[in-house]
Amino acid sequence: MSDAIRTSTPIFVRESMTADRAPPVSNAGPAAWIRDNLFPTPLSSVITLLALLFLAWALPPLVRWLFIDAIWSAPNGDLCRAPGAGACWAYVWQKLGFFMYGSYPREEVWRVNLVLLSGAALVVWMLWPDARGRGGAALAFFTVYPVLAFGILTGSAPFPTRWLPTSGTGQLLWAFLYVVLIAGAGTLFYTGRLTALAMAMIGFVAWAEIGAWWPTLGLSHVGTNLWGGIFVSLLVATVGIVFSLPIGIVLALGRRSQMPIVRFLSVLLIEFVRGVPLITVLVMANTMLPLFVPQDWSPDRLLRPLIGVALFSAVYMAEVVRGGLQAIPKGQYEGAMAVGLSWWQMMQLIVLPQALVTVIPGIVNSFIALFKDTTLVAIVGIFDFLKAVETARLDPVWAGPSISTSGYVFAAFFYFVFCFGMSRYSLMMERRHAAGRKR
Amino acid sequence: MKKSVGYVFAAGMAAVIGSAAPALAQTQPAKSPTLEKTLKAGALSCGVNPGLAGFGMPDDKGVWAGLDVDLCRAVAAAIFNDPNKVKFIPMTAKDRFSALQTGEIDVLARNGTWTMQREAELGLLFPVTNYYDGQGFMVRRKLNITSALELSQASVCVQQGTTTELNLADFFRANNMKYEVIAFATSNEAVKAYDSGRCDAYTTDASGLYAERVKLTNAAEHVVLPEIISKEPLGPAVRQGDDVWFNIVKWAHFAMVNAEELGVTRANVDEQLKSTKPEVRRLLGVENKYGEFLGIPNDWAYRIVKHVGNYGESFDRNLGAGSRLRIERGVNRLWTKGGIMYAAPVR
Repeated sequence: MSDAIRTSTPIFVRESMTADRAPPVSNAGPAAWIRDNLFPTPLSSVITLLALLFLAWALPPLVRWLFIDAIWSAPNGDLCRAPGAGACWAYVWQKLGFFMYGSYPREEVWRVNLVLLSGAALVVWMLWPDARGRGGAALAFFTVYPVLAFGILTGSAPFPTRWLPTSGTGQLLWAFLYVVLIAGAGTLFYTGRLTALAMAMIGFVAWAEIGAWWPTLGLSHVGTNLWGGIFVSLLVATVGIVFSLPIGIVLALGRRSQMPIVRFLSVLLIEFVRGVPLITVLVMANTMLPLFVPQDWSPDRLLRPLIGVALFSAVYMAEVVRGGLQAIPKGQYEGAMAVGLSWWQMMQLIVLPQALVTVIPGIVNSFIALFKDTTLVAIVGIFDFLKAVETARLDPVWAGPSISTSGYVFAAFFYFVFCFGMSRYSLMMERRHAAGRKR
Repeated sequence: MKKSVGYVFAAGMAAVIGSAAPALAQTQPAKSPTLEKTLKAGALSCGVNPGLAGFGMPDDKGVWAGLDVDLCRAVAAAIFNDPNKVKFIPMTAKDRFSALQTGEIDVLARNGTWTMQREAELGLLFPVTNYYDGQGFMVRRKLNITSALELSQASVCVQQGTTTELNLADFFRANNMKYEVIAFATSNEAVKAYDSGRCDAYTTDASGLYAERVKLTNAAEHVVLPEIISKEPLGPAVRQGDDVWFNIVKWAHFAMVNAEELGVTRANVDEQLKSTKPEVRRLLGVENKYGEFLGIPNDWAYRIVKHVGNYGESFDRNLGAGSRLRIERGVNRLWTKGGIMYAAPVR
């Protein structure tokens, strides 16, 4: 039987594949897509029709107001006040500098631009998943960058100058301290132990050195009362985001700690700050705090809300991170301990990497909420972006019926771009990290 | 409730500060701790309104301008010969008084109404009134109304829960007129309702009426009626207990008013230095040395007029014909021209 088949010539052999036939019109193409996605059931059809009706009702006037009837350039508000005029983009354009920098002196805004651009570059480098040297970027962003940014923006030495000696004996003492610090740091560094401590000492010396020669740069002093606009919004948000995650992780670990005092203090701080609205924290910082401390000790007006916002978001972050910690099965902890890892190693290598990835949506949620909460600093007299928009609309040169709306639409656009960007980035990170658990 | 606790606390703090300072002032008349602090800091700390057209708001470049802002610039000009040596700190209505009490700011030029409670209970002093405001009415021109007394049966848009609303009720009751009040939570909503024709009249402080008028769809169709139905003397405030500082702020304003009265302007102040009129010579510090007694240079008033201008120039630039607000000078005219703006003489 098998021989017969092997020897006989085949009756038919297909030489080439038949050409694919196009799928039936009812199953492919735009018509099918519309049917499958917009009108699959009667209920869906009704909803689709209602949505289309809504769009037909809402879109044309919106487009007309936003683009067609909009005033794109005008020297003052007269054109925008004319009946039938749409959005007044000329006003937004004219006030853009104020929206960006507040009262920061215009001849000095290159300093703000420099800080913002270098910050953006570092952030992109740090967050770009495939970039090289991300750790270096992160180190620079969290250590060197804030110090230099402070120095550039304020024009003051980024080191408490009152610590720098002016007298001869003081300078001698200072020089002695330097020698001790550098020698100590060098010894520690080369013996390979306590590298971190050595780095910290070198960092401290470098910081003091920068502080000493900074005034020779000749940057004029710009007080924080002049800071404003998008620049301050980004500053508050960045400080909040940068500080909330590490503090939040520490608080979350503290809350789950076996040590009663650490646990008690963490719980106390978290529950106390969570129990108070952010507005209260801000008003407390800017209205009440100066009543309790002497004027000379009172921190800067911008620094107070910065600390308030950072602390406030840190305790929320702590609870988000704690959620992640609780999602890690006990076996992971036991496994780590069984292979002889210390508590810090266990946390650093096993628990936190898994816990943090689990709660990426929660973390980003907090970041986005924080980004929008920064507008609350306006109630304590800080000219953040939204406050700048609110103030600019009162300018009698521009004031008119469409001015407020134009300003707010611009603000909405700004906040949307940032929040949506954060949300997309987190989705991308989630996908990368969840590769092993994807369904 | 929360507010009043804050006030009592602030007043207590003022009492503590206040008890120490007068003793100092008596032994050394020209010493002012606030002036010394300002000189040391190199800039005047001035609390301003974060955004009130004509009184205090930043322009396109973020530079502060307004009638109240000019007063702070005048004080800075008198002290430093530089109107830009002012640290403007935008103040919300809530924290303005405590900021003054704690010394975070040294002058509060934030269109504050001079009231007894603020001087007696909060421990503040209002050196002068730099703008006499009061509640007024705005109506459509086509109604052909020339006086608020013709507003009988009118519907009036007003912001809820303000003294404005109470003044309105008083005015109509006192004049035995009927009216319909349409109240809104914010002044913005009230103006919008008036603009869309829901009410015949809109009421708020007169300066505010002019500021709101430019926002209306067609500003020329609306008029502000001449009647002012309440007293709102607006002026700068300082802490109690530093009489010299109080005098510096007071005389900075008086110098501007006197300069207008004597015809000294920003443009002609240098020529006026050669004037033979004794009042002008005393004002500009050519004769007598009054500035010294306050711890400021004798040409303090010259500096003020040179850098900021006289009161009339400042008013015109920020509120009057030179601005978009075009507020009538009204009672803020000089006493010689039918108003009540009156300054004590420099002599």
